[in-house]
Amino acid sequence: METYYRPEDLAKFPEVGEGNRALADKFFSYYAAVFEDGALTAREKSLIALAVAHAVQCPYCIDAYSSDALAKGADLEQMTEAVHVATAIRGGASLVHGVQMLEHVRRKVMG
Amino acid sequence: VSAERLLEIGRLVAAPEAGPRPTTTLAARGSRLAPPGEQLRALDSLELRDADGRPASFDRSVAAAGFEPLRPGALEIFQVNLGKLCNMTCRHCHVDAGPDRTDAMMDDETVDAVLAAVERSGAHTVDVTGGAPELHPRFADLVERAVAAGMHVIDRCNLTILLVPRFRHLPEWLGDHGVEVVASLPHCRKMNTDAQRGNGTFAKSIEALKLLNAAGYGQGDPRRVLTLMSNPAGAFLGGCQGTMEREWKVSLERDHGVRFDRLFVLNNMPIARFLEWLIERGQLEEYMRTLLAAFNPSAVGGLMCRNTISVSWDGRIYDCDFNQMLDIETRTTGEERLHVRDFDPARYAGRVIRTARHCFGCTAGAGSSCGGATT
Repeated sequence: METYYRPEDLAKFPEVGEGNRALADKFFSYYAAVFEDGALTAREKSLIALAVAHAVQCPYCIDAYSSDALAKGADLEQMTEAVHVATAIRGGASLVHGVQMLEHVRRKVMG
Repeated sequence: VSAERLLEIGRLVAAPEAGPRPTTTLAARGSRLAPPGEQLRALDSLELRDADGRPASFDRSVAAAGFEPLRPGALEIFQVNLGKLCNMTCRHCHVDAGPDRTDAMMDDETVDAVLAAVERSGAHTVDVTGGAPELHPRFADLVERAVAAGMHVIDRCNLTILLVPRFRHLPEWLGDHGVEVVASLPHCRKMNTDAQRGNGTFAKSIEALKLLNAAGYGQGDPRRVLTLMSNPAGAFLGGCQGTMEREWKVSLERDHGVRFDRLFVLNNMPIARFLEWLIERGQLEEYMRTLLAAFNPSAVGGLMCRNTISVSWDGRIYDCDFNQMLDIETRTTGEERLHVRDFDPARYAGRVIRTARHCFGCTAGAGSSCGGATT
């Protein structure tokens, strides 16, 4: 079946350097540095990546960081909580706009 | 080590309260994968290629890393597998240990031959494993005599055995003898621990760790070293040992008031019950690709086969515990089926280490051994 997303494409990620090696090298070296242990541990960064992957709904990233979070020592409970954080922020981002609606209605409606 | 005594211990550990048992042994089920030759065939029949597109070969990979052929360094660790009897049946067990394995227990003559070989080996450490090695009737005797010979002794402990009434004295006793406890705990939380080792394991392990803490283990005393050993709870590589140790120390102390000295992280080997699990889940090929892709040339120098001798319950000699389970015996010039009673350190030092595809488990990522990461 034709599909835009193919699991095997994830392994080809480095090939995006074909059109511009220098930029790809910069990106991948920056990317590797981002995920090193720092003020946050590699496990914490992996859980953030997993949450962001769900927020941006990137199937490649969800596969990659489901494996990565396990390997960095997270378990399903921690990973699920991370996804709920993404969900809460996405949902909250809609709901907080309800204040804009509320103010609009307050201006328009008698009371 | 009488047959009656073994049967009595077998009955003791087969009791439901003796330990979580999420599965049964390949041996008890008469599984197709029970014979080591079948396990090797399953690995060899995979269509696996190295980075150069050639069929994956461990010998070639280590040759490219400068080890051609793979030879040992100085012998440091004398690892003795007292037998396959265990109160647990963890899903990933590469030994295929379990409460039915009274068929594979070291006899008295072999225990004596091991002790004699230890003395002439030049090793500084005796690493006692199983099964649950504490179940062996000669465990205490072996430990005492190895300690008396000036050896550092390691007990590879599954933790839950310490809650069986007959073995409650062990934390104090091991401490009195200066024995390092290397305790299996796949994860610092319940979910993955129980997934691998059976429901209820985490709670029992925490209880056992508290007993060890109460006996002085895990507080920085060099005579009471408590090392935790983490195998991943599935088809993924072990994490960064240093980072995980820091996180586990915080987490276990905060959540359970438990302390330990250090953490070893190792990869699961595609052998015995873990191999069976991979095949059942259709994950074997992907797992082997993960190991191959993570091949780390700098992990070769620290491979445990280079500083270890591994002796099986029946006295045979192997380059490591994994080769032992696959029945890949050590070969020194002109002799096969080497027995520990004939152990000759000089000839052992001159051998070429035997390898197969499972060896990629020890060179993946940060490297993996019974002593944790090798880089």
